Amino acid sequence: MEILILLLALFVLSLFLGVELITKVPPTLHTPLMSGTNAVSGITLVGALLAAGNEGSPMLVNVLGFIAVTLATINVVGGYLVTNRMLAMFKRK
Amino acid sequence: MNPNIVNFVYLIAGILFILGIKGLTKPKTAVRGNRLSALGMLLAVVVTLLNINTVDYSYIVAGVVVGGVVGMTMALRIQMTSMPQMVALLNGFGGGASLTIALAEYYTVLGVAPASFAELLIPVAVDSSVFGVGVEGSIALVAIGLTILIGAVTLTGSLIAFSKLQELMKKSYGLPGGPIGNGLFLFAALAALICMVINPGNVAAMVAIVALALLLGLFLVMPIGGADMPVVIALLNSYSGIAAALAGFILGNTVLIIAGSLVGTSGLILTKIMCVAMNRSLANVLFGKMAAGGEKIDADEIYAGKVTSAQPEEVAMMLEVAQRVVIVPGYGMAMAQAQHAVRELADAMEARGVEVEYGIHPVAGRMPGHMNVLLAEAEVPYDQLVEMERINPTFEDTDVVIVIGANDVTNPMARDAEGSPIYGMPILNVDKAKNVVVIKRSLSPGFAGLPNPLFAMDHTLMVYGDGKKAVVEMTAALNQL
Repeated sequence: MEILILLLALFVLSLFLGVELITKVPPTLHTPLMSGTNAVSGITLVGALLAAGNEGSPMLVNVLGFIAVTLATINVVGGYLVTNRMLAMFKRK
Repeated sequence: MNPNIVNFVYLIAGILFILGIKGLTKPKTAVRGNRLSALGMLLAVVVTLLNINTVDYSYIVAGVVVGGVVGMTMALRIQMTSMPQMVALLNGFGGGASLTIALAEYYTVLGVAPASFAELLIPVAVDSSVFGVGVEGSIALVAIGLTILIGAVTLTGSLIAFSKLQELMKKSYGLPGGPIGNGLFLFAALAALICMVINPGNVAAMVAIVALALLLGLFLVMPIGGADMPVVIALLNSYSGIAAALAGFILGNTVLIIAGSLVGTSGLILTKIMCVAMNRSLANVLFGKMAAGGEKIDADEIYAGKVTSAQPEEVAMMLEVAQRVVIVPGYGMAMAQAQHAVRELADAMEARGVEVEYGIHPVAGRMPGHMNVLLAEAEVPYDQLVEMERINPTFEDTDVVIVIGANDVTNPMARDAEGSPIYGMPILNVDKAKNVVVIKRSLSPGFAGLPNPLFAMDHTLMVYGDGKKAVVEMTAALNQL
């Protein structure tokens, strides 16, 4: 239970931090913000690795893990690359 | 590995994600921010791999190779005009990843290995405390259920959003009951969730949540289309983050919670910005139609005999003597792939000493910031891209406004005609400029289905035709003057 409360505290504080940060992103960068946050949400890869790679698990779990690893990797690789591609285009005169 | 070290590295990864988003607050620091964020991801993944006790790399390698190739291909080949589709797909994959992680965790804890699909549904006799003792177990099951629910809705909802944006699905379908029908689906899914919490071995209840949530995602997005898409994409973006944060609660993983809640708030804030820019509530966008606007407005009455059309050459002569020109792009510019042509016209004007700026409405295009990315691709410097609040006071000192592919966001009825369905929506006050040039295929209405009195004003010239062709002709004519 103690851990749960700690996680909840982390969650709530991150929400407040998120509001403070995101409201400062200018409208010009809203599309890269979305693709960039897509990449960040690929952090589920961490959970996916645990499911896919655990040798002792039933095969169903490994297969579900494989699907999760694939989807999360698309988000991480695709998200960061496309964001980088977009941001490189924003130049000052 | 020592769990303290793992959690410490997760903390560093979380800090790098935060610094990454902080970098996005300025175009100058944005590229570096994105790289810091990617570094955080790398650290989190490496430390996780080192931490798994008995690793079977076959599934991991297969997943990373497939995902890496698909992700790289998408990122490098996508056209900037299609960025809304790409983000829609990524939202969906994020939801799908959280969904499958929650399912994997559920079956891991149950410790069953069903051999066939039918066995997936057979109730398992388990001790009620396998997911945790007392309240803790219930909370764990609720977290699993909610992750499945939100992840599945995000997955199918995003796939529908993608097919709408890609114009694979052109019509809008919805449940007969509208919000009530969707409400029933949500209610049924929550009921199944409660069944699962009461009896964790009730696998059928869990499968029911998956099925109902997948259908709910379809029905939620199918009726929505066109100019409402920015709201849907932003909202699904938020869902994918919330699903990731919930998955963090299931796994007790700190970095998932930090990253997920940042993404969740980002999507929610963008959703709110989009709704405010359309002067509509979120419920109205998701379930409503545009309010029926008092008496029916007859387009012929507004346009009859009052619309002046012009050739690109005439516009070029106007531009030649102008001192300040504002270009207002809309989704039509993306459709016509006219962003490079527009930049060349701006270059030609600037060569003659004309001051050129771009006025960007928050909901122009099909996702937040869509126009900015297109114009950045055409190498328009970002300090010329001016947001609505800052460009509006300057229209009175503007000689010519060129509207290309935008309609509803310039409709003065939103400001002046009380009782109009779009009354109250903030618009770009282009009608305050000395001259307005509208490049458009015809007088057809925009997404709101309303005539635009701007087109009939005395100081407005309509240039009919393909956006790109018209702009290219203007540039050529201007260069010959």
